[in-house]
Amino acid sequence: MEHYLFILIGTVFVNNIVMVRVLGLCPFLGVSKKLETSIAMGLATMFVLTLGSGASYLVNHYLLEPHGLAYMQTLSFIVVIAGFVQLTEMFLEKAYPPLYQVLGIYLPLITTNCAVLGIPLLNVQEKHGLLDSFLYGFGGSLGFTLAMVLFAGIRERLEGADVPQIFKGSAIALVTAGLMSLSFMGFSGLVKL
Amino acid sequence: MLAALYVMAGIAIALGAMLGFFAIKFRVEGNPLVDKIDAVLPQTQCGQCGYPGCKPYATAIANGEADINRCPPGGEDGIRKLAELLGVEFKPFGEGTAQPKPKAVAFIDENICIGCTLCTQACPVDAISGAAKQMHTIIEPLCTGCELCVAPCPVDCISMEPLPQTIQGWKWQYPVFTLKQAA
Repeated sequence: MEHYLFILIGTVFVNNIVMVRVLGLCPFLGVSKKLETSIAMGLATMFVLTLGSGASYLVNHYLLEPHGLAYMQTLSFIVVIAGFVQLTEMFLEKAYPPLYQVLGIYLPLITTNCAVLGIPLLNVQEKHGLLDSFLYGFGGSLGFTLAMVLFAGIRERLEGADVPQIFKGSAIALVTAGLMSLSFMGFSGLVKL
Repeated sequence: MLAALYVMAGIAIALGAMLGFFAIKFRVEGNPLVDKIDAVLPQTQCGQCGYPGCKPYATAIANGEADINRCPPGGEDGIRKLAELLGVEFKPFGEGTAQPKPKAVAFIDENICIGCTLCTQACPVDAISGAAKQMHTIIEPLCTGCELCVAPCPVDCISMEPLPQTIQGWKWQYPVFTLKQAA
């Protein structure tokens, strides 16, 4: 039990996929202007990442490794992830059309979110089992959502703040992201994985 | 080499079957044009266009029953977006129809209010609190500035106060997408 808790804490805080591993910056900067959309994006990514990392484990363990096809990992993981992204897209279009429109291009772009590919590859590298893979994916996406939501909250406040002209827009966003990343360093050493 | 091909083909077939199944299960029905128009409208549900809300107005536009220049909360920007979406010419707000105004909330002069509850009944968003023969007041964060409560007041104690922009009240502009006609 403790082991699973450690995985969660480790992925959400200590090795936060965005703030510490610096993966998945495209949606992190692209969809973080509004709190609601960032939460939605976090949830969509959470769905894809959790299922994607579990399915990637199954593909890797039962299809690739027995046939000595480990070199196909990246390719097959991307295919599996793309499938799940399509599924999420169809579901959102049916269930929450306004949300579907707000997320727009960033929804299909979850496919190329390197956090989503990075976690299955890290799973392989660290030789996680099925449950560990699921949990690692879930924790990673939880960390992603956490970073997105925090960042979106700060950016909403920044919009009304008196920012010097040269820092306006992306510049202040990147500075903020850097400072947030620094603060996540405070978690390092909390859990050993 | 062949094994790799088989594995990839197998994954592709399995995913394709799954997606095909869910494409049928999650099929989107309804008139997509109404939804697109509705997305452009500001969703104040104020009824200044003469329709009971934004969705009915969107439906009326889609059916060609209403003009695009009836939505004051959307402003000229809104008309421009509608014109672009529908591929028609931009039209300024017509004479005699509702005109755009700065964002405002209703204000009840509590010294004059007689507690008749007429404004409470008119309010579409329940932003007025008060009971019969008691003083009424506006719940400012809920007020959409639709002005529907102004006309029913028998003692003319409701006025519209323009809303200054503050850090709490500020919100993002609606995004403007330029649509291109597919060749």
